[in-house]
Amino acid sequence: MSSPSTPTVTAPRKQAGRNGVQRPGDRLFSGAARGSGLLILVILAGVAIFLITEAWPAITAPADAIPGGEGLAAYVAPLVFGTVLAATIALVVATPLAIAIALFITHYAPKRMAQGLGYLVDLLAAVPSIIYGLWGFQVVAPASVPVARWLEENLGFIPLFAGPTSSTGRTMLVAGVVLAIMILPIISAVCREVFIQTPRLNQEAALALGATRWEMIRMTVLPFGRSGIISAAMLGLGRALGETMAVAIVLSVSGGITLNLIGSGNPSTIAANIALQFPESSGIAVNTLIASGLVLFVITLAVNMSARWIVKRANRSGDGR
Amino acid sequence: MDLTSTGTTPTNDIRTPTRTSLRKRASLPRWAPAAVLAAVLGAVLVVQLLTTFNVVTLLVGTALLYIVGIYALSRTVEGRRKATDRLVTAVVTSAFGVALIPLVSVVVTVVGKGLERLDGEFFTYSMRGIVGAGGGAYHAIMGTLIVTGLAALMSVPLGMLTAIYLVEYGRGRLASAITFLVDVMTGIPSIVAGLFAYALFAVFFGPGVRMGVGGAVALAVLMTPVVVRSTEEMLKLVPNDLREAAFALGIPKWRTIVKVVLPTSLAGIATGVTLAIARVIGETAPLLVIAGTTTSMNLNPFEGRMATLPVFSYYSYVSPGVPRDPYLDRAWTAALTLILIVMVLNLGARLISTIFSPKTGR
Repeated sequence: MSSPSTPTVTAPRKQAGRNGVQRPGDRLFSGAARGSGLLILVILAGVAIFLITEAWPAITAPADAIPGGEGLAAYVAPLVFGTVLAATIALVVATPLAIAIALFITHYAPKRMAQGLGYLVDLLAAVPSIIYGLWGFQVVAPASVPVARWLEENLGFIPLFAGPTSSTGRTMLVAGVVLAIMILPIISAVCREVFIQTPRLNQEAALALGATRWEMIRMTVLPFGRSGIISAAMLGLGRALGETMAVAIVLSVSGGITLNLIGSGNPSTIAANIALQFPESSGIAVNTLIASGLVLFVITLAVNMSARWIVKRANRSGDGR
Repeated sequence: MDLTSTGTTPTNDIRTPTRTSLRKRASLPRWAPAAVLAAVLGAVLVVQLLTTFNVVTLLVGTALLYIVGIYALSRTVEGRRKATDRLVTAVVTSAFGVALIPLVSVVVTVVGKGLERLDGEFFTYSMRGIVGAGGGAYHAIMGTLIVTGLAALMSVPLGMLTAIYLVEYGRGRLASAITFLVDVMTGIPSIVAGLFAYALFAVFFGPGVRMGVGGAVALAVLMTPVVVRSTEEMLKLVPNDLREAAFALGIPKWRTIVKVVLPTSLAGIATGVTLAIARVIGETAPLLVIAGTTTSMNLNPFEGRMATLPVFSYYSYVSPGVPRDPYLDRAWTAALTLILIVMVLNLGARLISTIFSPKTGR
């Protein structure tokens, strides 16, 4: 065994084997590295196992023991609805905006400024969610009231804007818009990366054929980046589904399932409901909240995995291009 | 499918609007967009000055009118294709502007409201025995530093070693499984990480447990994948020549990694770690669940509730005491402090990467 610090002349010859010489230092180090990797697996399994353990009492409890008295499914259903509704609004608002921003940074802004502008958008992601909550409550909610009034008067026939308008502005619409701002940087960052990778030759070919800049983008950049855009939107959706504090502060919650986005009675979201109820809960109520957290975990897991899957598939087909 | 659409549509589209149509049409002078913008801005400004002035509606109104104006003008002078191009340029540029409105508004709001209480007392007093005005967030700031520090202590070695495994050792199924799970871990909602920490500690310490170290575990779960990802990226950037040179000198693999690979990528890794800390330091939801809040100083993460800056801000804002104003002021100042910490960390990360990165000699 040669000491690691004084490699002997014979060592290289021994390393002719496929894996080389295994010194104790090597074994220790690679063991530690592999152990850390395995620990990640253990942690993720632990998240699932401990959540299930703590949620189990609520899953097996009789229906009338659950807060609300109608069983776990009835407790979680409006929350799931609220979660999906808020995330959908966020996605609908954020995706087109994010694509436009990504296009601006990659194809419209002066080259020298592009990186700085991208950094500016990334700053939106650096702001902690609690601050978006305070800001949404303080600034966006009051500012939204006249807009919501207008929507009610002019588009009131659509169930989404049926009203009556909430006087505080703490509505599903505002929560969705604040969420949209929060997921904007993630979506636009992924889109940006995809758009930059568009083959230069395709773009130049389009321009050489006399296409205007928009025609070039429509014919090369967007088709090339389609799967990237989809997965970016899914990643944003995953983020919006799990976002807690902004919704907890902004949204005025009072139960039921409703499609009315500008009223004062809104369904809560899973995450916000946990944040609001958990500190004051005890006993079976805690288990119920953890069970709802488990549902959220499963939903976001499914969304994120399918996003990754789309990316992977796109990459694979990209290789054969 | 992409190839065909990128390959065929251009030729189809380009052939139809013949060259002559482009050449015959006049084009707008270079200063036209600026002129339209100035005219629109002036018009909106005059209208606003006569009625009510509002920065946001001024900007939005100007952008909308400009989009319509430049399209109409270009449509009449230059034709449909160029008009569409100008329309998209205007829309895309305004979209970027729209994204900046919340950023500016957040900063203005938080700074404006937070300056009120940004004084020495805020940073040197806890809330112990305080009713109404006075007091500060010293306990919460210390709590945030302790919890985040512990989280970094757990996740940085774990994340870095995992990244080293993935880049230097990982082959086959285990490595791809870990890569996949790190991706999955990135998507764990912060509140679920908090619930996990609670569930974990509740199994050992009984229900209703509140502990600073629990918050650290939750934050570590959120932070580890970020550290893994950024370290991985940086290790991949280290040129293979360096590794091969070291191997050729007969240096063991582990020493190659420790003495050659890591020092080369250290700046990048430090940047990544700093950004990861910046990302979790503002997390509220998991700490709300597991660390709880308290009004007095608690420096022991293994014993009892521990206040943190975001949670302090949250409770001061949503359940203020009487009178309300001192509580709201403290909430905003805590938010301002938090934003300052995050911005300093972000800038620090950029500084680290610009000052130390050219060491690779490229």
